[in-house]
Amino acid sequence: MTAVASGPPVTAPEFVPGAPPPASLAADVWRGISRENPVLVQFLGMCPTMAVTNTLANGFAMGIATLFVLVCSGLLVSLFRKYIAHEVRITAFILIIATFVTLADMILAATFPTISKALGPFMPLIVANCLLLGRAEAFAAKVGPVRAVADGFGMGMGFTLSLSLLSAIRELLGRGSLLNHDLLGPRFEPWVFMVMPPGGFLTLGIALLGLAFIIEIRRRRARRAA
Amino acid sequence: MTATHHHGAPAAMPPSQSTPAWKLLLTLALAGALSGWLVVSVYKVTLPAVQKYAAEQVNAAVHEVLKAPARWDTLYLVGNTLTRTAPAKPDLADIPKAFVGFDASGRRLGVAVTAAEPGFQELLTLMIGFEPPTGTVIGFKVLDQKETPGLGDKIERDTAFGGQFAGRMAPLTGVKGRAGKPPSEVQTITGATISSRAVIRIINNAIAKWRPLLEAWDREGAR
Amino acid sequence: MSNLAWIFVSTLLVNNFTLVMFLGLCSFFGVTAKIETAWRLGLANTFVLLLTAVGAWVLNTYILAQTPFLRTIAFIVVIGSGVQITEMAVKKYFPVLFRQLGIYLPLITTNCAILGLALFQTSRHYNLAEALAFAIGAGLGLTLALSLMASIRERIEVADVPVIARRMGLVLVIASCLSMAFMGFAGMGSAP
Repeated sequence: MTAVASGPPVTAPEFVPGAPPPASLAADVWRGISRENPVLVQFLGMCPTMAVTNTLANGFAMGIATLFVLVCSGLLVSLFRKYIAHEVRITAFILIIATFVTLADMILAATFPTISKALGPFMPLIVANCLLLGRAEAFAAKVGPVRAVADGFGMGMGFTLSLSLLSAIRELLGRGSLLNHDLLGPRFEPWVFMVMPPGGFLTLGIALLGLAFIIEIRRRRARRAA
Repeated sequence: MTATHHHGAPAAMPPSQSTPAWKLLLTLALAGALSGWLVVSVYKVTLPAVQKYAAEQVNAAVHEVLKAPARWDTLYLVGNTLTRTAPAKPDLADIPKAFVGFDASGRRLGVAVTAAEPGFQELLTLMIGFEPPTGTVIGFKVLDQKETPGLGDKIERDTAFGGQFAGRMAPLTGVKGRAGKPPSEVQTITGATISSRAVIRIINNAIAKWRPLLEAWDREGAR
Repeated sequence: MSNLAWIFVSTLLVNNFTLVMFLGLCSFFGVTAKIETAWRLGLANTFVLLLTAVGAWVLNTYILAQTPFLRTIAFIVVIGSGVQITEMAVKKYFPVLFRQLGIYLPLITTNCAILGLALFQTSRHYNLAEALAFAIGAGLGLTLALSLMASIRERIEVADVPVIARRMGLVLVIASCLSMAFMGFAGMGSAP
């Protein structure tokens, strides 16, 4: 067992206890989108998922912002992983994450002010998204920078895709539009419930029920084939 | 034994040697310094765009609620008095302001102020144009609202509702189910009674607050 | 209704932190399997919320006026310290509670309700009294939502639930119903 002492990095590949098993970069990216999807499988980052998915633009913007923070914080955590002492790692990770969230918030306010206003305080709340701290602790702190970026990108894409899917449903049914373009015409009576808080819970609930249904069908088919 | 909490850290990983305190502090100090430098740099780069957008919003709102003034003066509320000189602060956004609008011939059109109070859900922010001597409303514009889409947000989209306010005198009262009679009645929006009443309440409170301040300003002459 | 009372009641019921404002959902879905843990964690959260309200107010009034862009970082540091203090206090004075809450106590740091309280308090320009009323309302609202969900989940544990609805699917539909119920408080206490 190699002791991870603080100091200059060792050149030989050492055993990092608890490190994720080696995988190709494509697998690292795909894992965040499918098997370990942050919203639909891990149920992390629930607060922004419910709160900002009332329109597609908002949901997508939140997803991309989270992806940006995931990639940048993963990169920095991985680059400095040998120098961040174990006792202060959580504080250091949170500091890094908070920095990039602040940057993302400022950049969004300068480039898309209407979306920034719509997202409101939920932009800085990305810091509290357990997904970020979880990935930094479980993955980025234990692998090289390239893998950390791939994982951050995969998780971010998975997050963005789930959020976009939920927002699209909520906006279409709740306002009859997508990206502010009226799609369903004037005779469509919007189901306002969908853009209100209970609608958020219900949309995700139905999405999960649908997902569980598909998994159950597959499981039964596999069992019958066996 | 480490006293810190383990967020899912596997059991087989205690640090083999405890790092000295000065190294911990150094790591945090360096991280803090790097973070601070990054944030300040990006802030400086993005600040002009943010300020420009905010100024555009205010200008468009003042232009709309005072019915196209040719120019306007900005007065700042410091303590309990209005003054023409801006206080020496880096961010003037949080200081209450009154915009006095004039038409092309120099005649005073009215005063525009912002007011924010809780509506149905979140804060409802309005820009209100009125004439201080009489308390007559010229118009209002919704700057920020998070009311119920399709119902409460009609206060922004329903031009008939907003159009009622021109010429009505504060304090306004809301009525349901029939047209509002001048001088002070306005009809609330069906299905958006609470949001409509919030608008009326905000306008009444703002005019009540700013009228004495503006009258004092007029009496003591421009400063 | 006086301003402070309105803030308290509005945050507790009308704009309930969990069921209407979508804050604190990680603990709402994660910790509500048993009602004992749920309400105890709710009270621990209330304590941290009170500390945060005071800390955020101090920061906003004296320090952050000149450097608004450091707000997020400053708040999260204050929250981390507040949680650390709470952890030490609970460990010393309520050791049984400390063991019961386990890892969920330090996890309060990433509870969006805490940071959310600080951010909303800032954007609404609350003074200290209003911020404290806000924090108590938020904490009790959180506790209320957690307890409601926990008591329902304990019941459905022994119910015959279809396979696809087990775990999160049903919990979210229940949350939707609870949220709908709380929307009934809308408009309560607002001026006529």
